[in-house]
Amino acid sequence: MVEEASLRVVRCGGSELNFRRAVFSADSKYIFCVSGDFIKVYSTATEECVHILHGHSDLVTGIQLNPNNHLQLYSCSFDGTIKLWDYIDGILIKTFIVGHKLHALFTVAHTEDSVFVTINKEKPDTFQLVSVKLPKSSSQEIKAKEISFVLDYINQSPKCIAFGNKGEYVAAVRDFYLSVYFFKKKTTSRFTLSSSRNKKHAKNNFTCVACHPKEDCVASGHKDGKIRLWRNFDDDKKYTYTCLHWHHDMVMDLAFSVTEGTSLLSGGRESVLVEWRNATEKNKEFLPRLGATIEHISVSPAGDLFCTSHSDNKIVVIHRNLEASAVIQGLVKDRNIFTGLMIDPRTRALVLNGKPGHLQFYSLQSDKQLYNLDIVQQEYINDTNLIQIELTKAAFGCQGHWLATVEQWQEKETELELQMKLWAYNKKTQGFILNTKVSMPHEDHITALCFCNAEKSENPTLVTASKDGHFKVWILTDDSDIYKKAVGWTCDFVGSYHKYQATNCCFSEDGSLLAVSFEEIVTIWDSETWELKCTFCQRAGKIRHLCFGRLTCSKYLLGATENDILCCWNLLSCTLEWSTKLNVSVMGPDPNSENIAAISQSSVGSDLFVFKPSEPRPVYIQKNISREEVHWGVFIPRDVPESFTSEAYQWLNRSQFYFLTKSQSLLTFSAKSPEEKLTPTSKQLLAEESLPTTPFYFILGKHRQQQDEKLNDALGNELVQLPLTENIPAISELLHTPAHVLPSASFLCSMFINSLLLSKESKSAEEIPDDVDMEEEKESEDSDEENDFTEKVQDTDSIDLGEDIMHQLSKSEEKELRKLRKVDYSWITAL
Amino acid sequence: MAGYKPVVIQTYPILGEKITQDTLYWNNYKTPVQIKEFGAVSKVDFSPQSPYNYAVTASSRIHIYGRYSQEPIKTFSRFKDTAYCATFRQDGKLLVAGSEDGGVQLFDISGRAPLRQFEGHTKAVHTVDFTADKYHVVSGADDYTVKLWDIPNSKEILTFKEHSDYVRCGCASKLNPDLLVTGSYDHTVKMFDTRTNESVISVEHGQPVESVLLFPSGGLLVSAGGRYVKVWDMLKGGQLLVSLKNHHKTVTCLCLSSSGQRLLSGSLDRKVKVYSTASYKVVHSFDYAASILSLALAHEDETIVVGMTNGILSVKHRKSEAKKDASSRRRRPAYRTFIKGKNYMKQRDDVLISRPSKKHLELYDRDLKNFRISKALDRVLEPEVTMKTPEVTVSIIKELNRRGVLANALAGRDEKELSRLLNFLIRNLSQPRFAPILINVAEMIIDIYLPVIGQSPVVDKKFLLLQGLVEKEIDYQRELLETLGMMEMLFATTTTKESTFTLEHKSDEFLENSLTSVLEKSKTKTNS
Repeated sequence: MVEEASLRVVRCGGSELNFRRAVFSADSKYIFCVSGDFIKVYSTATEECVHILHGHSDLVTGIQLNPNNHLQLYSCSFDGTIKLWDYIDGILIKTFIVGHKLHALFTVAHTEDSVFVTINKEKPDTFQLVSVKLPKSSSQEIKAKEISFVLDYINQSPKCIAFGNKGEYVAAVRDFYLSVYFFKKKTTSRFTLSSSRNKKHAKNNFTCVACHPKEDCVASGHKDGKIRLWRNFDDDKKYTYTCLHWHHDMVMDLAFSVTEGTSLLSGGRESVLVEWRNATEKNKEFLPRLGATIEHISVSPAGDLFCTSHSDNKIVVIHRNLEASAVIQGLVKDRNIFTGLMIDPRTRALVLNGKPGHLQFYSLQSDKQLYNLDIVQQEYINDTNLIQIELTKAAFGCQGHWLATVEQWQEKETELELQMKLWAYNKKTQGFILNTKVSMPHEDHITALCFCNAEKSENPTLVTASKDGHFKVWILTDDSDIYKKAVGWTCDFVGSYHKYQATNCCFSEDGSLLAVSFEEIVTIWDSETWELKCTFCQRAGKIRHLCFGRLTCSKYLLGATENDILCCWNLLSCTLEWSTKLNVSVMGPDPNSENIAAISQSSVGSDLFVFKPSEPRPVYIQKNISREEVHWGVFIPRDVPESFTSEAYQWLNRSQFYFLTKSQSLLTFSAKSPEEKLTPTSKQLLAEESLPTTPFYFILGKHRQQQDEKLNDALGNELVQLPLTENIPAISELLHTPAHVLPSASFLCSMFINSLLLSKESKSAEEIPDDVDMEEEKESEDSDEENDFTEKVQDTDSIDLGEDIMHQLSKSEEKELRKLRKVDYSWITAL
Repeated sequence: MAGYKPVVIQTYPILGEKITQDTLYWNNYKTPVQIKEFGAVSKVDFSPQSPYNYAVTASSRIHIYGRYSQEPIKTFSRFKDTAYCATFRQDGKLLVAGSEDGGVQLFDISGRAPLRQFEGHTKAVHTVDFTADKYHVVSGADDYTVKLWDIPNSKEILTFKEHSDYVRCGCASKLNPDLLVTGSYDHTVKMFDTRTNESVISVEHGQPVESVLLFPSGGLLVSAGGRYVKVWDMLKGGQLLVSLKNHHKTVTCLCLSSSGQRLLSGSLDRKVKVYSTASYKVVHSFDYAASILSLALAHEDETIVVGMTNGILSVKHRKSEAKKDASSRRRRPAYRTFIKGKNYMKQRDDVLISRPSKKHLELYDRDLKNFRISKALDRVLEPEVTMKTPEVTVSIIKELNRRGVLANALAGRDEKELSRLLNFLIRNLSQPRFAPILINVAEMIIDIYLPVIGQSPVVDKKFLLLQGLVEKEIDYQRELLETLGMMEMLFATTTTKESTFTLEHKSDEFLENSLTSVLEKSKTKTNS
């Protein structure tokens, strides 16, 4: 039983990873990035999300490592707080309440107790860089009131501010100005480039800035693709700059390599990472084809890794030698969604347009992209003015065995290039493989695509509807001969209805009927013989959506028209069952029940209606689910059915409804209280588990082994206490001693067992201290050369613990055992 | 991070007969040599031994032909009546033949008179063969009997009287000296064992059996009769494996290719069909001028000899492959270059770093990768590419168009390069599969080179040629449209789906529209 709070619309995953620069941990093992209201911690080795830091109540706008403790992380957010996190354990340590909307966060090593943030005060477009003193206090929530002003009239983006040379100065750019503020002198120098009125310097705008870690040098990126390196800027007159020019479009971000600052990294819309060596035009290296515009570049503190954030919601981790080593990919969002939301029946992944010409498979459970399927298979040319091939339609068929895609390219009105591709699922490679390519399947745009998904159907069937007035039926045919085995798709039937444009097509659940809408008219075809069975016409505008009822409602056909009428026809009587005035923008049937969800658009917002075709009364209505237009919606079957008892929520029992708004945020409904978050159930793989064994590993491994040993010891203690209520010293002694120090098991076994059966042979209390003394003396005699203090402590500790073993041993055996232990302990301490 | 994606070359289905390995193999013969015989050629048999002469039985003569000779090198003509089934022994030294009068005669290849005469059959002997041990001869005759003869003392050893009609075909097993198979007009094929005196397996073919064939392994038996060729599995006791009905007249002869992978059957319908013995599908077929009675393949399929009812012997020789050898003489890299570094065994402390395999890119792809667009276009305008694979050129042009740099790539060409481009257009503009993009290219070229028109007589001539072509094409399309209109009228009366016709109609209209626009442009250009 789930407690039924009121149904809420919640954002589910897919938030931007590329909003701000990603930040590396000090050891380059983790990478942090802001993601909506959360901060995500990824392992750089495995690309796996290790932690999600929850806590902010609004968009997180900046993260920085704590310069004083590299295991801690500062973050700031629009909610006006700065939070301090322990990222290893994912714990919130402290919250500083500033009160303003914070736009960016900077930390500098030498200013221990203050951080810099960007806030805007009066006008919406003027921002200030201020320093915030973080008071020291033990309480969880502290108000940080001490704000001191540093720079005015700066850009909102953190790319336009950089702290240089150990925090001696800060450089900020905006429009045509570069301002440098020196903390020591408390002066600001401002440098202006010639303005846009001059045609030659039309695009001189500053876009980003970076400071050299060692020298007094500032690099600035410009809109025309130039990079300027500024020197001697402490003097208003004598300043100089040099130009580096490779990018043909705006420089999106710049970064100096951390350790020496010898190389400068730059990236832009060309999606090529350029490394300038020694700041000269000649020495440059490239890493091309990164897939999308580079938005941000960051460098790990250790200097061994770079990472680039891209406009397609992706972070690429790159080695020092410019080799991409890991890709962290979120839901790609920056493009128009033509295909709508689909469900891959195999993986239950959400499928939609991804990168240009790709189809992305996105796992809703783990908020992670599963994979990208390259549909267009052509070199992507990154140019804003170019008309790209669009992936317009896609559909899954036959329980995920087949995938049909349609791509189009239209430069002029008359020139339309269409291509339909059919992909077969290959079990061996676990992916889709191109089976058939049909160029120009229709003369005009394809408006709808649907597979016959009936379970009994022996032959896969696909129907395409097009604006050219035809719908075509494609079937799978055996094309094999003795030389090769092949199956391919061929056109089986072409249908039309009075030369009207075909706008929608839909198969009934059992696959026996095909409904095709031609503008205002719905035609029903027999899928066996392809005969026209009947037509429905309501004269209520062109049909926008068409779908059959399911399960018990399979005798109904639903159609939504452009004149805001939703009609329901009865297929048995061939009459209109009911109709209602509703401006339906999205309509989708639930695969597991009879319910159909319709989202209607109004000027105020979007409303959701869930209804059964057989009943005129809706099952559920939620007004105003989103302010924006809802573009797509889909039901996704749940893995584990919920058990809502109240009638209003029963429609959510077996499927969940996801929808995508105009601004491309993916939303869903949740009846859970806000505290219970939709936490993804991802396995949290740690980096160590899958590290490859390299020479470095063996060198570094020594430290780790020691740590592990300590850890094991601690674990051992706990384990012992679990089965036994009493803390038997013999066992702890045995477990404390490392395995390789112990004599053979057969030698110890009898002693150990005897030590456990101590009830009968109880010695008198006086004898024990004597024993201890004697042993101590002997021991000091035995080991003259290695008479550590620590060792003694250990031994004295162990003696009273291990007395039960000891009294069973003969003297010689004892000596033997001690010797063994001593030798080995010394070896360990040597390590 | 994926590498450069090469340009997708649009492939177009090749119309007509599919080109397969088999069609290539079986078409690789010279034009047939025709030799006129005196009567219908009832049997052709190749000597199993070098120099692979063949014996042709026609009328009352047996001719022995050499491999390339058109005249017989030897003739056996001492038959009173029609001779049948001249067959070589395995060593190629002896020849046996039956005859219409019931006699079986054994010849030495080097001699002229018969070595032995086996008398015993009362009617025509249509089939004779040597057994595997070489010392016996099997014969089947129209008196319904099958007899086994001993060569050394020319005596009859056994007689099988199980058939109830003419025995017209038979063969002895090549492996087992005691097994022989005969087919008869009583619709049965029987396998006899000389040790048991009776048939061991009998299968019902369903039609009078004209020809039987044992596979070299002896496990499969093929029988032909009526329109059927049937394959029997002898190891399963004569189970029917497959029944083939690919001829539309009686199948008269069977033959295996030398590899045993293909089965050939000749028929009265004047066709020879080639089957794959794995799937029993027809992979190729030959046509001949007359009904085929006999068929034989030489060693290594070097020669196909077909005998026909009109007495013509058709001999096809395989084309020599000497030419190919010459071309492949180019020195290839040595074996060690391929295994260089591959056979290195990893030592204990080694860390193996495998070099990423280099993807091979075509030259034009390399140019496109580096944005050398004019160079890429130059490469695909080489006559070698434009003649053999115009689709590659068109694909590159399409790719350039997609990248929005087609005009740049077309511009700045001298007379020679421009005439090359125009040649390509003239050749391919009218092809419907290339037309949409090439019309675009033609428009662009006219736009770009309009100012320089009249400076080069070569280019001007090409432009005029192009104009003529476009005019012709427009006339042609107009005619087509008229025909379509007429046909639509006809179809409208029959009330069927007219969908397919409207489809074509539209594409033609499109073509015409765009062509007229080109024409107008070129006209303005020539006028100026």
